[in-house]
Amino acid sequence: MEVKKRAKIKSFPYEEFKDNETYEKLVQELNKNGANVIVTQLDNLIDWGRSNSLWPLTFATSCCGIEFMAVCAARYDIARFGFEVTRNSPRQADVILVSGTITTKMAPVLKRLYDQMADPKYVVAVGGCAISGGPFTKSYHVLKGVDKIIPVDVYVPGCPPRPESFLYGMMQLQRKVKVEQFFGTTNRKEKEPKE
Amino acid sequence: MTLDNIKTLEPSQLREEMQALKSKGFDYLSNLIGMDWGEEEGLGVVYCVENTQTHEQAWLKTATADREQPVIPTVSDLWDIANIYEREAYDFYGIIFAGHPDMRRIFLREDWVGYPMRKDDKPAEQNPLRMTNEPLADDTTEYTLQPDGSLITKKNIIFGPDDYVVNIGPQHPSTHGVLHFRVALDGEIIRKIDPVLGYIHRGVEKLNESYTYPQTLALTDRLDYLGAMQSRHALCMCIEKAMGIEVSDRVQVVRTILDELQRIDSHILFFSCLCQDMGATTAFLYGFRDREKILDIFEETCGGRLIINYNTIGGLMADIHPNFQKRVKEFIPYMRKNIKEYHALFTGNVIFQNRSKGIGPLTKEQVISFGCTGGTGRAAGWANDVRKNHPYAAYDRVDFHQVLRESGDSFDRYMIRLDEILESLNIIEQLIDNIPEGNYKEKTKPIIKVPEGTYYQAVETSRGEFGVFLESKGDKSPYRLHYRSTGLPLVAAMDTACRGFKIADLVTIGGTMDYIVPDIDR
Repeated sequence: MEVKKRAKIKSFPYEEFKDNETYEKLVQELNKNGANVIVTQLDNLIDWGRSNSLWPLTFATSCCGIEFMAVCAARYDIARFGFEVTRNSPRQADVILVSGTITTKMAPVLKRLYDQMADPKYVVAVGGCAISGGPFTKSYHVLKGVDKIIPVDVYVPGCPPRPESFLYGMMQLQRKVKVEQFFGTTNRKEKEPKE
Repeated sequence: MTLDNIKTLEPSQLREEMQALKSKGFDYLSNLIGMDWGEEEGLGVVYCVENTQTHEQAWLKTATADREQPVIPTVSDLWDIANIYEREAYDFYGIIFAGHPDMRRIFLREDWVGYPMRKDDKPAEQNPLRMTNEPLADDTTEYTLQPDGSLITKKNIIFGPDDYVVNIGPQHPSTHGVLHFRVALDGEIIRKIDPVLGYIHRGVEKLNESYTYPQTLALTDRLDYLGAMQSRHALCMCIEKAMGIEVSDRVQVVRTILDELQRIDSHILFFSCLCQDMGATTAFLYGFRDREKILDIFEETCGGRLIINYNTIGGLMADIHPNFQKRVKEFIPYMRKNIKEYHALFTGNVIFQNRSKGIGPLTKEQVISFGCTGGTGRAAGWANDVRKNHPYAAYDRVDFHQVLRESGDSFDRYMIRLDEILESLNIIEQLIDNIPEGNYKEKTKPIIKVPEGTYYQAVETSRGEFGVFLESKGDKSPYRLHYRSTGLPLVAAMDTACRGFKIADLVTIGGTMDYIVPDIDR
């Protein structure tokens, strides 16, 4: 028997997420072949754990980093979601929050940090600059979106995004993590082909 | 202010004139601005030197018509900060400073092609995204001008083969952003620091040249995001004075109050981050608790939390919120009480005292020569407050005290900022009940054209003198809009401050210098 996975975020009903269409597509894609009942139960357990303890890398280049600090502090308290363990080393981090402008000089550094992270890893593009270059998109020294160099899972718009949008974006990431099949896919990601 | 008497010098006269000015007491080089005046006048530099006793400013400029090999003599032996400023002019305009010991690029990659700020350069076409790691040379070039006009090059060593070099940054939590220090160590002792900048160089000054004046305002907030209100204030004031717009008293007072709130916000963040860097996580949470109160006030009146976008040419975006005065008045006693808590929590801590007293001292001569304005300069006893020396907005009608300290070490730099919070509260208290009636915005034309000329306006931001240098040709966008970075001199002084101290002290010294990297790189 095959089971399709669905994500559920506690105290935040499904209807209140704004872009469920994209999410449904993602669910379909990830659950294309379905999975065994027992494996799915185990998967659910592991994904529950993974989604509630995503460790972010402290990676901030500009203004959005200050808002990230505000999210970590008492009022917005990112610890409620299990993201408070910010790591300074990419080796220990699960998710990289790209907060701030990425310049062409910084781009190879970001790519290297991403490559240093252990799988499974996620990328959240925080703020206009990380999404598209933002107000600096016409500049000669600014990368027009981090998705040009690394795959992005969640985009959080704003300049800078409010702490609430940070949390919303992180919850979207949790939904994605919860619907992933850990055994057979996420834990065995194929190595990137060498160029 | 309008700069209508900039003295023009030939490059050959420059050094003599500069030496004469320096001996007359003009010991603070506040600006060194690269310029491209087009084909006829060529490339050049605008200098601003200030007398630290009388606060008199002297503006000079020099230019060379040779675009292939523009050479201007260096002044880096007269003022320490000229070393970094000249590298910036070299990076952007390709101006070679003869006699400069370290003629390298500073913001752009070493394999960058062209000089982006030249009017005829096409940086984006010549420089596709390079994903290779950046080459960093261990030696540098010095150019010497011969009497016949040719240049002799000489190799200078930055790091020799025996130096043990450790990279700190660009991804490191204690560098406060993407700053990269190459540190030469002898055991634990720092022998030399070479800062590598430009990881967040966003080309703001070049963007300004293609934007209209109201559009340029948006970028100032994102330079020093903890002085967003103040830097935008500087640009608005510069354009208003150039166009002869008189803003109402109400605007002046509201701007002053908000500038001071921003200063408190920044200093609280300084305290929080310093504590966090030194391992005191609880103090970080206390700081942010109070900072949120200021952000609430900002949000109610301006709509934004961090990037506020409130000042505009001719006044303010909107009138203050009806709750504004009440909220601010509640905040003043609240903050005064909590400052005592900060001192009880952190200042008295023995570990902190041992790690900061006597660590990374800068003398008064050094801070002046490096142009370290703001709290860092005042901690060494240099009275550099722009609010006192060149009053603007409503600062001439309030009574406040310029906090000065003597030793210029990390502890003094820390104490200065906490004391300044109290001074800012005093300023706000004097003004908050006396906000005069008036327009919150003067009417301006839909298309703003600044009359031809050169203008400069400085303000005291949270971390020092922020200057706006504007050269207009009468168009709807500026010909050149340069910002005097507050953080660049602080990073330049890191080498001097850190030498001989342990690598762990780098965190304390960098933290108490209080620089913001996007403001350095622009």
